[in-house]
Amino acid sequence: MSAVAAPLERRRPPRAVRRRRFLIAVADHSLLIAAAAAFLAPVVFIALTALMTNDQALSAHLWPHPFRWSNFKEAISTAPLLRWTLNTLIYAALATIGILVSSIPVAYALAKLRWRGRNAVMLVVLVALMLPPQVSVVPLYVMWAKLGNAVGFHFVGSLWPLIIPAWLGDAFSIFLLRQFFMTIPEEYLDAARVDGCGELRILTTVVLRLAKPAIAAVALFSVLYTFNDFFLPLLYLSDNPSSWVVSLGLSQYRSLHQVQWNLTMAATLLVMAPVIVVFFLAQRAFVEGVTLTGVKG
Amino acid sequence: MLALMSPWIVGFLVFIAYPLVMSVYLSFTHYDLLNAPRWIGTANYRYMFGADDQIWPAIRNTLWIIVVGVPLQVLFAFGISVMLTRAKHGVGFFRTVFYLPALAPPVAAALGFVYLLNPATGPVNTLLGHLGINGPLWFNDPAWAKPSLVLLSLWGVGNTMVIFLAAVLDVPRHLYESAELDGAGPLQRMRWVTLPSISPVILFAVVLGVIQGLQYFTQAYVAATVAAGQASQAGGTSNLELGYPQGSTLFYPILLYYHGFKYFDMGYAAAMALVLLGVSFAVTLVILVNSRRWVHYGGAVR
Repeated sequence: MSAVAAPLERRRPPRAVRRRRFLIAVADHSLLIAAAAAFLAPVVFIALTALMTNDQALSAHLWPHPFRWSNFKEAISTAPLLRWTLNTLIYAALATIGILVSSIPVAYALAKLRWRGRNAVMLVVLVALMLPPQVSVVPLYVMWAKLGNAVGFHFVGSLWPLIIPAWLGDAFSIFLLRQFFMTIPEEYLDAARVDGCGELRILTTVVLRLAKPAIAAVALFSVLYTFNDFFLPLLYLSDNPSSWVVSLGLSQYRSLHQVQWNLTMAATLLVMAPVIVVFFLAQRAFVEGVTLTGVKG
Repeated sequence: MLALMSPWIVGFLVFIAYPLVMSVYLSFTHYDLLNAPRWIGTANYRYMFGADDQIWPAIRNTLWIIVVGVPLQVLFAFGISVMLTRAKHGVGFFRTVFYLPALAPPVAAALGFVYLLNPATGPVNTLLGHLGINGPLWFNDPAWAKPSLVLLSLWGVGNTMVIFLAAVLDVPRHLYESAELDGAGPLQRMRWVTLPSISPVILFAVVLGVIQGLQYFTQAYVAATVAAGQASQAGGTSNLELGYPQGSTLFYPILLYYHGFKYFDMGYAAAMALVLLGVSFAVTLVILVNSRRWVHYGGAVR
């Protein structure tokens, strides 16, 4: 008995070591909990304020009393939040579809086809990726304004200057998809080629099926980007409130509502909510996408 | 091939090549969108570096937000990811909590922070008051407005954190073991094993942070306009001033926006954009060249 027990006994660390490990674990976790509390606090206080009366929001009280759930209804009805949401959905949907339709073939050609100048074009994509949006914004604004005058349609003030470029390839999406396409084994494509498939056919059958996670990540990033986009809507939509998107509307919300912090926070929370819901629905695509941008660069 | 590439070729020509060439041309003109562009030579550039008394404050503020903000973001993301790798319980929960704020729409996050840091009625100063601390004026104080923006950026550090976490978890275990055999303590292992192993990811975060810093717009713009509205409510300035308070949040892209789209001085805005482009490339290049001294691409895997 003791012959068997002895080695087990020896493997167990002495009491002092165990105690120390336990204390370190406690210290690690309490640090984490403190940090997590700090990260959650802003949302908690925003939510609490969103449930206060206006008087309370302006007082030193931190806990709503009574809970004023009608703030959310009021926040929606006092500003055209639904109109902004509809515009945002149009922008997000049309831009995302455009980015996928235009960027997937380019990424495929850059990852899996051999042609002269491919590396040069890849370099151009990377440079385009780095280009600050401020650089192209002035001439493009002029272009849309002039084009509008020429054809008698006000592009400035509409969502089209934001949507149309998405249909002509997006450097970030091309880069991300190309990184993923590179990992697809050549044998699959060769097998399809032997069967007499053209490249377009291979792309729409084999590649699309294998690249679902990457495509989901790109779509997700695009939806998020359009939902969060503020600079371009500010440029093109400012003068036409009927085409405002959520981000632009929210930034003007307080000037529409004077000092009503409780309603502003209710609206803020309503704008944050869809993103959080999308995150929990598509958590895996997120994490995969983020690591794809960083690690495999 | 050409069929697959054609949408992007058109996109590149219309939305990248054309604007670049046009920017160069416009930057040598005076153009207000109504009258035809008038050639004025290098006057825009001479004005920028000679007579514009807003550009140097804008450059200083932009430098400040990069030099202070980016290292803090990297340190913060690294610290959290190391904490996460040490934890044994609830890692998934904590990771989600740290990541989620990065998803908050910038406008919503900025608006929320202006409220949280509201000098008079915001929860932060209320809590500080309970601790007997007289909280600062945050977004309403020229000395505190930029630090408040840095706080906002630290709250949204989740993307960097996720990338760091993946990198820290990827460090080969045998490196730690051999370091331990050589008698390295926890701090030494961090310094000589973890940091060199994840240095490519640190480089990535620094480059990205600097590029984003040079384009810093939304949060600063929203925070300044909302905080300024608040002050004018209290009977202060009635007209929106650039970079409220007292120009402390006037960043380069915001000045560019005002020149281009408030004053409609397209030629000057184009000149500012080209200078920004040149600086972006130069800074990125300097960081990349410098990085050879401290970034280790371990093994042959990369």
